[in-house]
Amino acid sequence: MLNTQLKGTELTAFSVEVERGRLRTFAKATGQDNPVYWDEAAAQAQGHPSLPVPPTFLFCLEMEGPNPLEVFERLGVNYAHVLHGEQHFVFHRLAHAGETLHFQPRIADLYEKKGGTLGFIVCETRVQASDGAAVADLRSVLVVRPPQPEDMR
Amino acid sequence: MTTPPFESIQVGDLLPGVAAGPITRHTLGLYAGASGDYNPLHIDSDYARQAGMPDVFAHGMLSAAYLARVLTQWVDPSALRQLSIRFVAITQLGDQVHCQARVTEKRIQNGEQCVALELTARNQAGEVKLTGTAVVALS
Repeated sequence: MLNTQLKGTELTAFSVEVERGRLRTFAKATGQDNPVYWDEAAAQAQGHPSLPVPPTFLFCLEMEGPNPLEVFERLGVNYAHVLHGEQHFVFHRLAHAGETLHFQPRIADLYEKKGGTLGFIVCETRVQASDGAAVADLRSVLVVRPPQPEDMR
Repeated sequence: MTTPPFESIQVGDLLPGVAAGPITRHTLGLYAGASGDYNPLHIDSDYARQAGMPDVFAHGMLSAAYLARVLTQWVDPSALRQLSIRFVAITQLGDQVHCQARVTEKRIQNGEQCVALELTARNQAGEVKLTGTAVVALS
């Protein structure tokens, strides 16, 4: 089902600015009640230069690339059959609003289970600040599960 | 935010939890816009049904964001070293999301005093939806 020869493929790298308004919207949409994440004054009172990037928001920035569906297109996978299995973050340095971050994604692993009825795509993305400093490493495990005959009964 | 001192933490401690939801279509629409994840499985019922799902369902990363709030209400984000989430079951419309974190270990990691945590998100029926781990550095 998955073309395992594409293991190790580097995907298109891109840079994204962390927008303050976007962080405020994210805080609202996730019920964030800590004002450090949406009030500039509260963030600065805690020693932050601007609003800090909340832990899972780096995954959202990763979708801001030129083509978030690139990995599925490269693999010929129908996006409608993909579920998020795992998401891992290793944090090196906190990022803030106003910074431009650089994302370098790659297909780290491809494998199948259950006789090929389940496919697994592992994507790893290195996130760096504009000065090259490591910000975070992201790792997504995506599960490809085309509908099975028994689903249609 | 007052960061809790390393000495005061005990293995087995429960952090203050976070309760969110119930998940509505509005919740999912807001999160789609805020996250940039416009996957129609989460916002378009017709598309979800065609894909073989009974209806739209929550973004896994929305529940992950709720789970991360257990950490962001406890320590400054600069203290976070690692966060791992496993999506165990789909969070459905109408579900509440109850998030919990428990201290599993105190250790020195890369020369820092760190606390390892086990994370769990359950719905109102107690069904586990997400599990995870986190590592936080405390001075």
